[in-house]
Amino acid sequence: MTTVSRISRPLRTAARRAKRSWIGWAFVAPFMAAFAVVIVAPLAYTVYLSLFRQKMIGGNAFVGVENYTQQLTNPVFWDALLRVSLYMLVQVPIMVAIALAAALALDSARLYAARLFRLAIFLPYAVPGVVAALMWGYMYGTHFGLIGNLDDFFGITLPDPLSSNLVLASIGNIMVWLTIGYNMLVFYSALKVVPGELYEAAEIDGAGAFRVIRAIKLPAIRPALGVAIVFAVIGAFQLFNEPNILKVLAPNAISSHFTPNMYAYNLSFAGQQYNMSATVAILMGLITVVVAYIIQRVAARKEA
Amino acid sequence: MSSTSRWRRSLKKTTVIGAVGLAVIAGLTGCAGATPAAAPETSAADMKAAVDKGADLTLWTWSTNVQNAVDAFEKLHPKVKIEIVNVGTGAAHYTKLENAIKAGSGAPDLATIEYSALPQFALKDALVDLNKFGFDKLEKQFTASTWNNVNVNGGLYELPHNAAPMALFYNKTVFDKYGVDVPTTWDEYADAAAKLHAANPDTYIAADTGDAGTTTSMIWAAGGHPFSTTGDSTVKIDLADKGTKKVADLWTPLINDKLLLPAAGWSTEWYQGLANGNIATLTAGAWMAGTLASGVPTGAGQWRVAPLPTYEKGEKASAENGGGGYAVLKQSSTQKQLVAAAFIKFMDAGDGVQVMMKAGQFPSTVADLDSDAFLSAKNDFFGGQEVNKVFAQSAKDVLPGWQYLPYQAYANSVFGDTVGQAYNGSTTLSAGLLDWQSALEDYGTQQGFTVTK
Amino acid sequence: MAITTSFTSNPEAPPAGANRTAPSPVAAHVAPKRMRASGLLRSPRKGRKSILLTAVMALLMVYSLLPLFWLAVNSTKTQGALFSSFGLWFSGPFALWDNIATVFTYDDGLFARWLGNTLMYVVVGAGGSTLLATLAGYGLAKFDFPGRKATFAIILGAVAVPGTALAVPTFLLFSQLGLTNTPWAVIIPSLITPFGLYLMWSYAQESIPTELLEAARMDGAGEFRTFFTISLRLLSPGVVSVLLLEIVGTWNNYFLPLIMLSDPKWYPLTVGLNQWSEQANTAGGEAVFNLVITGSLLTIIPIIIAFLFLQRFWQSGLAAGSVKQ
Repeated sequence: MTTVSRISRPLRTAARRAKRSWIGWAFVAPFMAAFAVVIVAPLAYTVYLSLFRQKMIGGNAFVGVENYTQQLTNPVFWDALLRVSLYMLVQVPIMVAIALAAALALDSARLYAARLFRLAIFLPYAVPGVVAALMWGYMYGTHFGLIGNLDDFFGITLPDPLSSNLVLASIGNIMVWLTIGYNMLVFYSALKVVPGELYEAAEIDGAGAFRVIRAIKLPAIRPALGVAIVFAVIGAFQLFNEPNILKVLAPNAISSHFTPNMYAYNLSFAGQQYNMSATVAILMGLITVVVAYIIQRVAARKEA
Repeated sequence: MSSTSRWRRSLKKTTVIGAVGLAVIAGLTGCAGATPAAAPETSAADMKAAVDKGADLTLWTWSTNVQNAVDAFEKLHPKVKIEIVNVGTGAAHYTKLENAIKAGSGAPDLATIEYSALPQFALKDALVDLNKFGFDKLEKQFTASTWNNVNVNGGLYELPHNAAPMALFYNKTVFDKYGVDVPTTWDEYADAAAKLHAANPDTYIAADTGDAGTTTSMIWAAGGHPFSTTGDSTVKIDLADKGTKKVADLWTPLINDKLLLPAAGWSTEWYQGLANGNIATLTAGAWMAGTLASGVPTGAGQWRVAPLPTYEKGEKASAENGGGGYAVLKQSSTQKQLVAAAFIKFMDAGDGVQVMMKAGQFPSTVADLDSDAFLSAKNDFFGGQEVNKVFAQSAKDVLPGWQYLPYQAYANSVFGDTVGQAYNGSTTLSAGLLDWQSALEDYGTQQGFTVTK
Repeated sequence: MAITTSFTSNPEAPPAGANRTAPSPVAAHVAPKRMRASGLLRSPRKGRKSILLTAVMALLMVYSLLPLFWLAVNSTKTQGALFSSFGLWFSGPFALWDNIATVFTYDDGLFARWLGNTLMYVVVGAGGSTLLATLAGYGLAKFDFPGRKATFAIILGAVAVPGTALAVPTFLLFSQLGLTNTPWAVIIPSLITPFGLYLMWSYAQESIPTELLEAARMDGAGEFRTFFTISLRLLSPGVVSVLLLEIVGTWNNYFLPLIMLSDPKWYPLTVGLNQWSEQANTAGGEAVFNLVITGSLLTIIPIIIAFLFLQRFWQSGLAAGSVKQ
């Protein structure tokens, strides 16, 4: 059996791995055991829940895919999905662009005090999301918060960051603030792996800084970029903590179905509609997998 | 206006999850049409024996002053130990309670449940009907409105622990400074709102971003009855009734003319606004006296309490705004239920009432509300005013017949999505109220209730 | 554990000596690749320093540090001053020490307990999850076994499942197992890190030459012995970065403990702080914004110290996720 599989797969892969055997399971088993308890079992239960409907009056009944059809025709669900999609399309590029620019700047060797920048910009990553939301929430205050202070100080009226129009951007800001530093360092580390000879060759060719970035640096970071984008997209789809905490301050601008995750949360925690909540969770999981897969394909094709 | 209850009112943040299903049906049919038990299943002697035997109880609350009553009870009954656990405030508390109920284990023996949330838990068959301890006989000790709050569908699920009659809290220095009279009617209130804001653009009559608890209390005080439950599963919702319309007519111009400070209740901005005089009044339950004193200590001497304004001059109308009691959970063992019931009786209808009043609790017991010592107590924070007189009168003026929905927590959670949109300017208050109504009708229908208008 | 092994590819220090200690002759093959990988052969580029670029980066730094500065400034204020003063400068009596003392004594010193809980969750949860992810990532990268591909796909797919929505089912299952309201309810879920596993997988693929493992096999070494004596050492930069990610993740963990725990005695700092923050909403309770702010500062400081302390190590491993897709 081992021989067959060896022959059947590309030589390179076969050479890289040990003979096909069960020993690998010994390494993977502890993880999988925990995985089964923490993710597989609740997930299976979620799927089960999504096929039933329980009422305060009238009990529990199997409804098949009815919950799914109901959610897929529910404007509230699409509204939430649209909002996080919009958020994703704006927040992810901005975050990645800033992190990338900062990483390139760090790598350019043209900065004074580069180490200080590297560390300082990374620090917000250490702040728990809960604390970040509390902090920014205070600073967003237009009357007595930091925005209010600035208004008074300069005699101007800045727009309210927690108003309906801006609240999504304000949440995006918190997420950008929290994650730039980490991504910057990942990109920066990827840049450091670029072999020095390449730069020497570029120098001999008389390539300018931007040419070097385009021809050498960006290709070097592309895989890191791909991973960062996939995880940022997943993070965007799962947006929850920040809007949920800011809702206290902006109860009307942030609805109970502001993001799909908030919608699922409020369905189960405020409305006891566990079945609907489970349905939304499964739908969002599927959508996220598909989107992440597409992004990865696109990134992989570009790489090739 | 933002409001809380004696414990923070849950409002939009109230997130209550619940196990439902068969248990509920059983509960509903069990309670349906039941009249208070003629003869208690448990005698006072059983209770005394249980207390003498002792038990270790767990009590979930976010209230800080109940420790006083626990200490007093433990002193009387050395074999009883009651551990107070703060599992969260409002929303978090109910979530944990619902989780434990759905899980079938892990619930405490006793828990704080606000009056507005009580029907939801009672209908879930999660609470012990206190009639079986003969507590229905205690009715006369309590004010009618609080007693009404703890009776759900023929079952008695708490004793009224406190009352939260509404009043108008106002910053006297601000009114004096701008020469504005303290309003006694809602028309005067609207006038004062305009005058104050005109005198100083930073000054607002109130802070309000839309708050389910305050709005429902305002509707109550205006004589509205938007919610009613008949039998076990018929719900009537009318958010365009006479009382509700009065509130919408009063509040709409205040929103349109931007006379309300858009700061959410309990935010740092809100506390700041109260401290620096930018928020001139609060309409809230009696518990707000304690909140102001502890949260805005710099305001000592500036604030006063006036009766809640009315729609007609000289009219007597008020409402409860929050408040609640302690319920015994069915997950508790029989022995513990007996001890828990004894504790509730001690705290809410026995010697514990005095202990709690000393700790700042506003009583729900008629005798105490009428006592001279209580009425003539001077409150230093309010410049030595005898504030209890105002609250006690308000308690008497509370309009009868109010009901909350059997899914009030859900209702509050979607308040911002509907009525709250009026504060964004994306709809009007009346339209927002109707949106709320249709959301609540949809939910009720989905949950198997018969919903009528 | 992995942390105690030497860190061979630390870019700040010459790796030559470390490489020489590698036990197998195959390591000779690894050395040039690794040295190149860590950028050490790169000729020092002189490059003029740019003031403009530095200024732009300084702006970004201000953006990053401003909220932290706000936190530091406001933790020196009394609650009264907090409400009445300009947010970005000191005001009123300097109350930092008072605030810190109160944070640690308030509620019978519950904050210290939360700090201890958090440390325990971090040590057991982050340590355990890093170990599991390292073992599994290595197993998936270096062994061919039945079901490998499916296993990998399932694990990566799990990243996309919204954790918030699984909270209730997880709670109910844990409740059946009698685990709710115990530290296990926090620790067990934090043992799983699909992202960490992915990082370790990609790092293991790149940094451990299969020839090396085969040489070890020929020498008759067992797979686990090979793992602990050879592979782990080569994996260590990746291990450190996953560990760091997990430390941050566990330290910041909020939602699951909130659902799982009802007894404040087991709260981590994040849940405890939010409870203090919510306490402002209690009529009888006190608003303790000054304690929330000072407590937040105290929550962040240990993790910042951990970063600074581990700085030598973590940056080299961060590239792990970027090596291969």
